Amino acid sequence: MIKVFNLIGKLSLSASKNLGKITLFFFMSFFWLFKKPFYFKQFLSQFLDIAFYSLPVVGLTTFFSGMVLALQTFSGFDNFNDESTISKIVLTSILRELGPVLAGLMVCGRVGAKMAAEIATMRVSNQIDALETLSTRPMQFLISTRLLASIIAVPFLVLVGNIIGVFGGFIVATFKLDLNPILYMISTIDNFNSIDLIQGLIKALVFGIIISIISCYFGFNASGGAEGVGRATTISVVTASTLILTSTYFITALFI
Amino acid sequence: MKTKNLIDVKNLSVSFGNNIILNKINLHLSKKESLVIIGKSGSGKSVLLKCLMGLLKPKLGSIKIDGVDIVNTNRIDKENALKNIGVTFQNGALFDSLTVWENITFKETRFFGFDKKAAKEKALSIIQNLELDKNILELYPSELSGGMQKRVAIARAICDQPQVLFFDEPTSGLDPITGKIINDLIYKTVKKLGVSAITITHDISSIDNLASRVILLDNNKIAWSGKPNDMNKSKNNIVMQFLINK
Repeated sequence: MIKVFNLIGKLSLSASKNLGKITLFFFMSFFWLFKKPFYFKQFLSQFLDIAFYSLPVVGLTTFFSGMVLALQTFSGFDNFNDESTISKIVLTSILRELGPVLAGLMVCGRVGAKMAAEIATMRVSNQIDALETLSTRPMQFLISTRLLASIIAVPFLVLVGNIIGVFGGFIVATFKLDLNPILYMISTIDNFNSIDLIQGLIKALVFGIIISIISCYFGFNASGGAEGVGRATTISVVTASTLILTSTYFITALFI
Repeated sequence: MKTKNLIDVKNLSVSFGNNIILNKINLHLSKKESLVIIGKSGSGKSVLLKCLMGLLKPKLGSIKIDGVDIVNTNRIDKENALKNIGVTFQNGALFDSLTVWENITFKETRFFGFDKKAAKEKALSIIQNLELDKNILELYPSELSGGMQKRVAIARAICDQPQVLFFDEPTSGLDPITGKIINDLIYKTVKKLGVSAITITHDISSIDNLASRVILLDNNKIAWSGKPNDMNKSKNNIVMQFLINK
């Protein structure tokens, strides 16, 4: 029994220690955003990597989610054939939850893993030390630029993903469920609530911070060669995904 | 006449938890001197070099670089003092995502406003002195051999014309012939530039090539210090043991 408590204690202490370190890491990288020089090229390449290259995967997932949502709503309501209900459920679900969460998870898998592996490799091969000896602060050059890129790119992706997701719902509603396209579009516009969009964008912003900070933190503190890189990548993706799914509940609770 | 030391280390102590890595190390580096620090694995050589580069804060002691104590000063003064140092890391530590010329002129393009053409020209003039072909400028580090990567790392270290060069295990991972070529290259570069150098190595052959003075680290302390020629004559047990094992 004592062993169990001992283990729980150790795990709790380690979790709080990591939480403290990650918080400090976040504030440090945020602080360096406002200090000169600003590495614009580095920021731009990170922004393009997140925003542009994640677009196909985010677009595809939200498109099919919108489609499946329309289909499920239709069958869930015992083939209830109403433009307003289906469009409202598709729109609200996409804007509030599915858009940001799916985009967040996709970016986490694609970009978060890449960030963690890249920075961890730089750490274990002394490239981060080399940066310091070349008068470049790694925190400012590597982390702050990624943080800013994620903060801007993830909400952008969510915005685009929302549009694609709603469009997916529209396609199924009109071509498969034979709903009136004009009525469906009008009811989508009528059901649009800016608070839903804001809620989703706030989630996207938080997810952007979570993905970049968690990935960079575990990458930055990696050790132990190739195995360390793999470990950092796995931990960062698992932690960031879990945090995305946990934090979405708390943000939703704030709006209800 | 007493020469001014470029680096002065006093009572440097480093420990990780209860594990003492370095214990009251005192050393200095004069102008145009080439110091080689040797010792077996785990003797604290790399930790010492990390402290000198300002990457690791010691528990006690001071490290003065050109008169500035980088341990007990503010960040800006520390960064300015460290600008006088060029470093070549054990595995080269070249940036994978940058080409050779971008690696070499990393500092110049970011801080001194060099445009692409000027940076490439500067990189070219440096690599030619290091017996590298101009065609490698556009290649990425992964496309180079181990020996070439070391040379590009040396090129990056000397690009900004530092006063002091650090070499961390310059011949590790290389075959003996390439290792000898790299040692010769370091010797020539240090002489030609008229700079001071600290080389960390476990390769005993580097001493003859590079050292004007040798320090042997053992058991967290400096066990022996002297001229390379005196090493073989030394009656010090630790020196004899080290030489026998090598």
